[in-house]
Amino acid sequence: MSTPTPQHGTDTVKRGLAEMLKGGVIMDVVSADQAKIAEEAGACAVMALERVPADIRAHGGVARMADPSKVEEIMGAVSIPVMAKSRIGHFVEAQVLESLGVDYIDESEVLTPVDDRHIDKHAFTVPFVCGAKDLGEALRRIGEGAAMIRTKGEPGTGNVIEAVKHMRLMNSQIRWLTTLDENEVMNAAKELRAPYALVQEVRETGQLPVVNFAAGGIATPSDAALMMQLGCDGVFVGSGIFKSGDPSVRAAAIVEATTFYRDAEKIAKVSQNLGEAMVGINIDTLPDEELMQHRGS
Amino acid sequence: MIVGALALQGDFREHIAMLRALDIEAREVRTPAELEAVDALVVPGGESTTIGRLAVQYGLMEPMRGRIRAGMPVLGTCAGMIMLASGTVEYDQPQLGVLDAVVRRNAFGRQVDSFEASLDVVGLDAPMHAVFIRAPWIVKVGADVDVLASIQDELGESHPVLVRQDRILATSFHPELTGETRLHEMLVGLA
Repeated sequence: MSTPTPQHGTDTVKRGLAEMLKGGVIMDVVSADQAKIAEEAGACAVMALERVPADIRAHGGVARMADPSKVEEIMGAVSIPVMAKSRIGHFVEAQVLESLGVDYIDESEVLTPVDDRHIDKHAFTVPFVCGAKDLGEALRRIGEGAAMIRTKGEPGTGNVIEAVKHMRLMNSQIRWLTTLDENEVMNAAKELRAPYALVQEVRETGQLPVVNFAAGGIATPSDAALMMQLGCDGVFVGSGIFKSGDPSVRAAAIVEATTFYRDAEKIAKVSQNLGEAMVGINIDTLPDEELMQHRGS
Repeated sequence: MIVGALALQGDFREHIAMLRALDIEAREVRTPAELEAVDALVVPGGESTTIGRLAVQYGLMEPMRGRIRAGMPVLGTCAGMIMLASGTVEYDQPQLGVLDAVVRRNAFGRQVDSFEASLDVVGLDAPMHAVFIRAPWIVKVGADVDVLASIQDELGESHPVLVRQDRILATSFHPELTGETRLHEMLVGLA
């Protein structure tokens, strides 16, 4: 018999939930019905939103945290973890989401930032996931207390090119760090604009100290498997599922491709007859001011 | 001896790393053929609904059930415990039903209620450092199940979080996240 003195909200506990999500697919949902479809299709978590990124992009204006009643509706509908997004720097939206009991907060560039500074995530019991385009950005977010990282991609486009670029850059920067001499580490920290201790840790271990998921533009089973083969620990699918022709079939197919990401025959099989993928946007045609990935760095 | 880790979803890589650190040959198991080739199995932490759905889809439920009933040692952690158990309090989901126990999912609450704590274990001299993440606990065990560790809730009621039934070990917590090797050693010892 044990009478524990439990410690809540430690790094181990915060990072631990991300460990449990690995090899899985986290799906954007805007209703209890969509959340149930996602859970039945094998999602390992859902992201509760008012609008998926493609609609946020189309709608324009200021994008904010979802209505708490929407988040609660989704939390009540499923047994898997529920995440929700706060604006970059909006620590009160984060406080509100924590009070609702969401399992993870995504401090997200998909919403309109309110500050150049990110949230002090150490101050929370609930864990945070943040986007990163490169290693320096990832380590700055981890330094602020993020317990999970994801690529930023270019949300709501159905075009995976930016997520691929971010992951390739992250991998090559990590490889570069592992080749450095001890007396080069401080300079690397300066170049990466990242905390010295974290740079040193990555140099020694050859990996990020937290789980890293793919996000932004993933629309097909092959997209998910591509990101997994590039070394991501799992995938977020935003608009790609519920903006497609047959969400439940596509959702299940992306889950299976994420598990069997090295098995081309299985990916071929689950990719058959999925119906229309989301239409997608060529990112070259987007003006710079419409790119979300440059928000917060 | 080869130990497999069910690699459909979750933190199977941590289990494999831990087994390899103990000089035990460890492999990922995603198919019935890969299951056939191992002598013991770890069912890792993750989301039990995701793991269960994929296990059904890819024809792993019957082969796993058959091997475990025939005496293959198995260790289930968190979602793995849910997979091994015979029922849950609230949800209807795929389970192997090899462990005579009913579990309550997310028994401690949501992620903000997740925690780490020191845990006394029957038969071990030093306590285990245990990490509970949206963890289940056991609400009911059969006569053949030994409770090796329990946790008291705020009302002082005791809930099993580590149990053994013959060659089946199941935990609510995650030894693979804290470098706690004793349960993996126990698993290998059961083979």
